[in-house]
Amino acid sequence: MYENDECEKSHWDQRLLDLTGYVFVGLISLACLIPFILIISGSFTSEASITSDGFRLWPKEFSLSAYSFALAHPQQFISSYVLTISLTVGGTLIGLFISAMAAYVLQRQDFEWRNGFAFFFYFTTLFNGGLVPWYILMVNYLHMKNTFWSLLLPPLLNVFYIIILRTFLRSIPDAITESAKIDGAGDFTIFVRLILPLAKPGLATIGLFTALNYWNDWFNSLLFVQDESLYTLQYLLYKMLGNLEGIRKVMAISGMHVADLPGESLKMALAILVTGPIVFLYPFVQRYFVQGLTVGSVKG
Amino acid sequence: MKHTLWDRVRANRTLLFMIAPATLYFLLFSYVPMAGIVLAFKQYRYDLGILHSPWVGFDNFRFFFITGDAFKVTRNTLLYNAAFIVINNVLQIAVAILMAEVGSKLFRKTAQTLMFLPYFLSWVVVGAVAYNLFNYEHGTINTLLKSLGMTPLDIYTTSEYWKYILVFFSAWKAVGYGAVFYMASILSIDKETYEAAEIDGANVFQRIFFITLPSLRPTIIILVLLAIGNIFRGDFGLFYQLVGNNGLLYESTDVIDTFVYRSLTVNNEIGMSSAIGFYQSVLCFVTIMLTNYIVRKKDKENALF
Repeated sequence: MYENDECEKSHWDQRLLDLTGYVFVGLISLACLIPFILIISGSFTSEASITSDGFRLWPKEFSLSAYSFALAHPQQFISSYVLTISLTVGGTLIGLFISAMAAYVLQRQDFEWRNGFAFFFYFTTLFNGGLVPWYILMVNYLHMKNTFWSLLLPPLLNVFYIIILRTFLRSIPDAITESAKIDGAGDFTIFVRLILPLAKPGLATIGLFTALNYWNDWFNSLLFVQDESLYTLQYLLYKMLGNLEGIRKVMAISGMHVADLPGESLKMALAILVTGPIVFLYPFVQRYFVQGLTVGSVKG
Repeated sequence: MKHTLWDRVRANRTLLFMIAPATLYFLLFSYVPMAGIVLAFKQYRYDLGILHSPWVGFDNFRFFFITGDAFKVTRNTLLYNAAFIVINNVLQIAVAILMAEVGSKLFRKTAQTLMFLPYFLSWVVVGAVAYNLFNYEHGTINTLLKSLGMTPLDIYTTSEYWKYILVFFSAWKAVGYGAVFYMASILSIDKETYEAAEIDGANVFQRIFFITLPSLRPTIIILVLLAIGNIFRGDFGLFYQLVGNNGLLYESTDVIDTFVYRSLTVNNEIGMSSAIGFYQSVLCFVTIMLTNYIVRKKDKENALF
């Protein structure tokens, strides 16, 4: 009898918690999904329908005019795509490799200066010179204004990511490094041949974060770029949104019919076009995701 | 046999070579600009460069504090970040714990994917979405209010609303991303501990309070400490893309970073912008040192350094 009661009770607890979990997490998931649906639906809705009915989860009047308007002159889009993809792929690969090397050295217990280097990296997150000295260094001393480098270098490395990678690499047994050393392998060979393949979950996770930082970067364009051939996708969107508002104001002042211009639907179509491809990276990374992320303190 | 420094460098040469690119990177992009802090005490002139520009003492700081914006932007930055840290972490921890307890694997996977979606959007896109929700003429919220026969809200001229809007979007964008860190740490808890607790008759809530939460403690402390280290740095993308150059909203939305950006690009106030950057860095440094000191006193294991 008593045992049965216990059993019932724990079931009741579990059910209540399950219910809370489904409702709470479910609601948050919906809140994360709905804006996406609104964007997609908005991009396929006719402008007149948006102006009269607002945004809906499903287009009331289906229309492709926003996309045909957005892609009427695709040269700028294509050049921004090529630039953003090269930055994302190149920056992520180089950044990951440099970060992983640093992280590997930082967690090698036989490397006597590991704590010194860890502090050297970590200190940059505690204290920095601020935006202005960095900006002047980039522009006046390194002459990076309007260059590919001004977009490639700033998001390349991140101390937080190096710390995460180091914590992850610690979970790989030291015995692997030691036995390879006895076999006469050099440190770099051990890193490339043995450690990197084992570090896949960590690399995939940090790789996704770095790729997203590149893909979604507009700040460095805002600071350093004037040349249209160096507009990243997000900056192109930012510029187009600004221009669109400008055009609408001019049209409204001059008494022209604003509804003729696919404004709101165009914005949504542009948002889809600039976000698009990066989302497809997620399914490839998801299975490594949770394993790859553990944070530890600075000292090692 | 004595080992000189040179011998030790030689013995570690591959490892030093491997850590060199990252070291040089931070030396150039983080340590060199630290020397640029002298600009805070100078009147910068392009023709003379940093080294030869004239010294002006504390004039740049005086200007910032006397214009009256110093207090406002510091207060806004601090309060927003405090709200972000508390709300975002509580939300992320709750999500992570519930995700670990909920039975269905399909639900967990789907929810994780959906909650991560906002992290894929750039702040530019989020700004456009926010504009669609809140604009006066045909924003979703006002369309809804009008259809209910209520008066539409003029959100883009009322600074009061923005406190909640900004906190909401910060939480919304970070929930999936942040929860993953806590999920990872829940995953590393030994399954046997839970089984033992179950045999001892602990209910699920006791299990959460006495096993899950305590084992999340190190992760919570580290993530919160890292966030506190940046408590005087505003998330530029969030504030700049949602609020933009809308001066009507500055009273409750202007943070140190947006203020510095404007001083630099609109007013070209190099001296004052550097002074504010210095002020910001010092505040951050003092805060993180104090917090880490307190953590180290109470819980030596989990301090950052």
